[in-house]
Amino acid sequence: MDETTPPTDDQPQELTPWDRVQLARHPQRPHTLDYIAALCEDFTELHGDRRFGDDAAIVGGLATFADRTVMLIGHQKGSDTRENVRRNFGMSHPEGYRKAQRLMRQAEKFGFPLICFVDTPAADPKKESEERGQGNAIAESILVMTTLRVPIVAAVIGEGGSGGALALSVADRILMQENAIFSVAPPEAAASILWRDSAKAPDAARALKLTAQDLYELRIIDEVVPEPDGGANESPQAAITALGARIRANLNTISQLDIPTLLRQRYQKYRSIGEYIEH
Amino acid sequence: MKEFFRRRKTSFTTGGQPESNQVPDDMWVKCSACRELVYKKELNDGLKVCPKCGHHMRMSAHEWLWLLDVGSFSETDAHLLPTDPLGFVSLDESYAEKLAKAQQRTGMPDAVIAGVGTINGGRLAMAVGDFAFMGSSMGSVYGEKMSRAAERAADLGIPLLTINTSGGARQQEGVIALMQMAKVTMALTRLAEAGQPHIALMVDPCYGGVTASYPSVADVIIAEPGANIGFAGKRLIEQIMRQKLPSGFQTAEFMLDHGMIDMVAERGQLRDIIGRLIRLYNVRPEPMEPLMASAGAYLNGRA
Repeated sequence: MDETTPPTDDQPQELTPWDRVQLARHPQRPHTLDYIAALCEDFTELHGDRRFGDDAAIVGGLATFADRTVMLIGHQKGSDTRENVRRNFGMSHPEGYRKAQRLMRQAEKFGFPLICFVDTPAADPKKESEERGQGNAIAESILVMTTLRVPIVAAVIGEGGSGGALALSVADRILMQENAIFSVAPPEAAASILWRDSAKAPDAARALKLTAQDLYELRIIDEVVPEPDGGANESPQAAITALGARIRANLNTISQLDIPTLLRQRYQKYRSIGEYIEH
Repeated sequence: MKEFFRRRKTSFTTGGQPESNQVPDDMWVKCSACRELVYKKELNDGLKVCPKCGHHMRMSAHEWLWLLDVGSFSETDAHLLPTDPLGFVSLDESYAEKLAKAQQRTGMPDAVIAGVGTINGGRLAMAVGDFAFMGSSMGSVYGEKMSRAAERAADLGIPLLTINTSGGARQQEGVIALMQMAKVTMALTRLAEAGQPHIALMVDPCYGGVTASYPSVADVIIAEPGANIGFAGKRLIEQIMRQKLPSGFQTAEFMLDHGMIDMVAERGQLRDIIGRLIRLYNVRPEPMEPLMASAGAYLNGRA
């Protein structure tokens, strides 16, 4: 059997999908509020779903970005254990998605563009979330975004985990950072579903095609945004600046479109996802 | 579960199942709930509801066509076949092998049958999943057939009935499968614009990405008694989250109590209820103003 050329110092070894999963989950990776603080002015957080509570796993509010008022919504992980417990590790409850829907409708009411930051392992899978309608909450978020009459840019900045991520990422443009992941299920869960063994997560990570590069090739996302060497955790400010520039550029492009054109393109974008044979 | 096709009430032509053997053993079925032996003809006449205990047995997609008026169904999009868009690298059976087995077992190319038919004379588009086909998991073919059913209903100006049972998104199609949640929801906005209702029937079991998308935002949501319906699976909640679950958790009745569905209806009542809904939604002041093209307009009137 031929051996492949061993990597040399000149040719850094390509990161495996599982390596990228680790980078996407790195605790020192900047999170939603870090992006908002560095890229926006006058951020004013808005709280609560007006029905049940305020979910700290999703943050949202108004700010000035690129000389205009925008609505920002994102999953929020903590950077230490205490904050992670408070924010439920970025796993939103139904009230989090319902807060997001309230803010999305408000963006539409005032014509503010919507920017979403996606960073969640999955939607919260606890008993209480089931009781409050986790399925309905995610479904309504998706529905609101399908026809929201303002430009939407979504940026996957860490983990894009299953329906919980989709609930904030039905958008006119989806950007992904180089080491972010977007997956039908967390690799551990997929391995458990497929092979009844969550320890096979690295194999699932490879099979699921969850990297930004793979999803760009599959034409699910619109753009891969480069990260500094070693990942966004190594140099958060550089990662934030790079992503901010691409969000701004994409927002400028789609803001040129009139709303009917925007909605028609959004419909086509999602309607055409899927591969099958017709004969 | 065995599939029974002796009593075909409808005109469908897909599905290559052989007729059941005529041996006497095969004329009786043991109810999975009460363990009583039930005469199969009586069971099928009652849409596979146990005449002894009322247990609603699972029905295949083809069997669900019994809900329609006899001979009224015409199938559409029967020739959509699944592919392997990721070149999925499995540790055991390949995706292609899994598909081939499911196709052989069910006689279907993928998990959904779609078409147009009538219930008590009222015309409707219908799309129904089959749990025997890889857990009726939602992949590209599932999403495309549901989406086309919604668009067809919109074009014809008729209601859409979806019958939903699923384990969730099909892992072997990765994010493409996840995105079918958005795609079907997107297609259903056409139906809303056309002023036609989406009636979703949720049957046992319905979980994951299907529960977390289009059926949960239908205009009317009906569930069968005792059906298990939820987002996260019970085993995940018990074993990973280590929470004790009360009996009756995630049943249709639980969903009704928590305000997530409109009604729990026995299978024998479905034709009457759906027939009535078709009439009610189609008798209204003319002309219908097109709905505002905003999600707010059809989210329970909250603008």
